[in-house]
Amino acid sequence: MSLVKIANGTVYDPTNNIDGVVQDIWIQDGKIVAPPTATDVRPDRTLDATGLVVMAGGVDMHAHIAGPKVNLARKMRPEDKRLAPPVRRTPNTRSGTVGSVPSTFATGYLYAGMGYTTVFDAAIPPLAARHAHEEFGDTPIIDKGFFLLFGNNHYVLNQIAANEPERLKAFVGWMLHAAKAYAVKVVNPGGIEVWKGGGDNVHSLDESVEHFNVTPRQIITSLTQTAMDLGLPHPVHIHCNNLGLPGNWNTTLATMQALEGRRAHLTHIQFHSYGGGLGEQSQFCSKTTELADYVNAHPNLTVDVGQVLFGETTSMTGDGPLGYYLHKVTGRKWTNADTEMEAGCGIVPITYREKSFVHALQWAIGLEWYLLVNDPWRIAMSTDHPNGGSFLAYPEIIQLLMDRTYRQEVLKRVPPRVLECSVLKDLDREYSLYEIAIITRAAPARMLGLKHKGHLGIGADGDVAIYTPNANKLDMFALPRYVLKGGVVIVEQGEIREELFGRTLYAATSYDDGVLPDIQKWFEEYYTIQFNNYPVDEHYMTNGSTAVACSNR
Amino acid sequence: MSEAAVMDAETRIVKDATCTFCGCVCDDMELTVVGKRITKAKNACVLGKAWFLNHHIEEHAVATIEGKPATLEEGVERAAQILANARYPIVYGLSDTTCEAQRVAVSIADRVGACVDTTTSVCHGPSGMAFQGVGEVTCTLGEVKNRADLVIFWGGNPAESHPRHWTRYSLMPKGLFVPNGRKGRTAVLVDVRKSKSAAAADIFWQIKPRKDFEVLWALRALVKGVEIDPAIEQETGISLAQMQDLVQRMKSCKFGIIFFGMGLSMTRGKHMNVEAALSLARDLNDYTRFYAKPVRGHGNVTGADNVVAWQTGYPFGVSLGRGYPRFNPGEFTTSDTLARGEADAGLIIASDPAGNFSQPAREHLKKIPYIALDPHESETTRGATVHFCTATYGINTPGTVYRMDDVPIPLRPAFDSPFPSDETVLRAIEKRVRELLRERLTN
Ligand code: SF4
Ligand SMILES: [Zn+2]
Repeated sequence: MSLVKIANGTVYDPTNNIDGVVQDIWIQDGKIVAPPTATDVRPDRTLDATGLVVMAGGVDMHAHIAGPKVNLARKMRPEDKRLAPPVRRTPNTRSGTVGSVPSTFATGYLYAGMGYTTVFDAAIPPLAARHAHEEFGDTPIIDKGFFLLFGNNHYVLNQIAANEPERLKAFVGWMLHAAKAYAVKVVNPGGIEVWKGGGDNVHSLDESVEHFNVTPRQIITSLTQTAMDLGLPHPVHIHCNNLGLPGNWNTTLATMQALEGRRAHLTHIQFHSYGGGLGEQSQFCSKTTELADYVNAHPNLTVDVGQVLFGETTSMTGDGPLGYYLHKVTGRKWTNADTEMEAGCGIVPITYREKSFVHALQWAIGLEWYLLVNDPWRIAMSTDHPNGGSFLAYPEIIQLLMDRTYRQEVLKRVPPRVLECSVLKDLDREYSLYEIAIITRAAPARMLGLKHKGHLGIGADGDVAIYTPNANKLDMFALPRYVLKGGVVIVEQGEIREELFGRTLYAATSYDDGVLPDIQKWFEEYYTIQFNNYPVDEHYMTNGSTAVACSNR
Repeated sequence: MSEAAVMDAETRIVKDATCTFCGCVCDDMELTVVGKRITKAKNACVLGKAWFLNHHIEEHAVATIEGKPATLEEGVERAAQILANARYPIVYGLSDTTCEAQRVAVSIADRVGACVDTTTSVCHGPSGMAFQGVGEVTCTLGEVKNRADLVIFWGGNPAESHPRHWTRYSLMPKGLFVPNGRKGRTAVLVDVRKSKSAAAADIFWQIKPRKDFEVLWALRALVKGVEIDPAIEQETGISLAQMQDLVQRMKSCKFGIIFFGMGLSMTRGKHMNVEAALSLARDLNDYTRFYAKPVRGHGNVTGADNVVAWQTGYPFGVSLGRGYPRFNPGEFTTSDTLARGEADAGLIIASDPAGNFSQPAREHLKKIPYIALDPHESETTRGATVHFCTATYGINTPGTVYRMDDVPIPLRPAFDSPFPSDETVLRAIEKRVRELLRERLTN
């Protein structure tokens, strides 16, 4: 039994419509409880939050923090870490390296140090699910889960081509269960298979994927429907075709339209909002207004941004042909790692320069998205860590959103042509603390279907971030006064006080096991490991797990 | 009960077990286990059969201190004292144990500020450095099985070192886009000697020793359309026409791959040789899909790279001496810290540096206190201050290993061992080390 009282803080809890109300928060055994009615109840610990801002712990719904792609990037880039101050060992905590791809222990401490307590890795190939879980076992403090790559999986493509939706549903349910994954991820549907087969990519929704005779459109709609039919807590999570290419906004819009009202999440939307001729840099421009208008008018859609920030980072993606493209554009070293039957992967170092027209425009487009989506509940903060920049940049994004003077100052430094090609200079909107609480915790938790996260209502997890108000929002959010995980004070003024390990979150899918013999037959023909050695069992979740219920349909 | 029934009761079949003898990590073993012996290892190659069938529980104390039998607790106490009191400890080996054990070993290294290094530094360390230089276009072995129509082995003898590489993954199997298996693939072997593997290759190049870089660089040039002087033949042993033929094949195949061995990474040029191979494969992606991969030796050396990388950010040769990870092969790699006489204590897991390091390194190891974990006796265990006799991974303990293509595979042990696992011993040492360090802080 432990009882914690956070006394007298100014609470921002959008899920429960609390906008800057001074009140106490009570946490018992890791969960938020109602204030005790008896007057003689004494908490085991009281944190005086007088004058401080109290929010639920942050939720990052799209980052790359574990698994083969992330670890390949760590191995490939010693130079990235040499330049960054390391995380030093203390009697209670482990050491680590930072840069754009922190080591596992550093990842946990740094997220927690910023007030984030739940993080999802957005792209794990099922064959490497065990690897992701092992890294999670060495990633302290935060709760975490991952999305599983399906958009180029051969069995998926076969079932779509054969028009077998029930079998597809059973397969996806089984896969999520076997990998202990949280959601269905679609990356460049069909395009990676084309790349792996020796082609370059697909370029539109209706191009056919060689050998499989399916189109990106079919893959998107089938998997979206499958995720809905399985009642997954998070709908399909889509990385559209043509990421990063001038003129790709048409593809993005076509993808949104193809969903025909079905619930879906479009990720790192910034990278998909470019005007201009396909592949032509000269007419590169922002199409955020057009796309945001569509999102505003279609409540079935949610997005996260994938904000670009200036500086050195690493591009890492399940989108193999994109990795090759970036290697060719930047001339820098390139890792490509393809997974049998399932997925691709590309990794390239990248430096976003303030003085580059393209990079500055990407930066502006990300901010346009935050400012042009009217309903903050449908947009989540992300840098697509580390693709647009490190998650450590979130406080800076908050400052850009809350302080338009600061934003205009940065805008003065970028190439003037950016002002002509985007509407950012005309956007006066400033986010309130309440809205920041929405896009950094309440909304991503809701999009993920995590009822016990992102808010401070009774029954929620006792994950709390407490900030010292400051006109400089970067400072305010970079260094919380306290962070609690499950009711335990783990961070005080940026220092880790206690090392504990968060849980792994996965979707509690059910599936029709009548399909297993067919899957097994396919599996044994093409894979190089044994069918029985494929599923990941609970013992990999060494620090506990929570199976999040699917809604019954 | 009749004798036959007793036999029956004791005979068990373990399916989908994993052989950890080489980096192929074949997980399709069907083991027949009678009591505490494996009598049959279906699907295993000759090396795998020897690994399983010769395995037996040796008579040995669980721990020895300075050669005298001791209890596990006494061994742990002494080991923790050695490590906690060292000023420049090393943690080394790790490639023949589970990831679960490797994770604890790196934790110990972090707590005591050790240099942590694995056998990667003496096999494919240069390949890791080349990867840092130019990246790597790589894939899982199933991609090779399902798609590869041109398979090049460079600087290795897979027929004898990785007997099932060809049959299970790279040459023989029928795959999705290679329905005719071996017939649908061209196999090329490049080596300085005509090894047993040569017979199986469609094309065999015997190149002059220490000329790998020159050949690879010439191939790169030809791919890029640069003219090459026919004198290359005198230099390398391979004619320009042969090279042009191979370049033609490489550009026109659907899926090509170079599997390279220590003949590339550990001969003159080392990481430069591997950079040349990785760059060649990368360049070919302007024409087709082309990949390059090291053929890794030890059962879980790939897991060691992964664990050290995810915990510290670097794959091997990491110093934690300043309280955070630093990477410098040549400085923090164990053969070097020992040869220079720097290390003052060691924790050696499943490896035999006393048997196979350089003379100066072996001499220095003899002078310092160190702990060895190994199921078997070796030069290293015999010279150890503390030797823990541990259970054999995969045969006696569960856990995880990474195949040479980074695919993680679970282990299904055949039978229990009276000895503790590496992980168990390391956890006990870690716990005690932390207590000792905490005591020191409060005193
Ligand atoms: S190829 Fe290697 S892993 Fe496979 S059975 Fe032989 S020794 Fe074991
Ligand atoms: Zn992403």
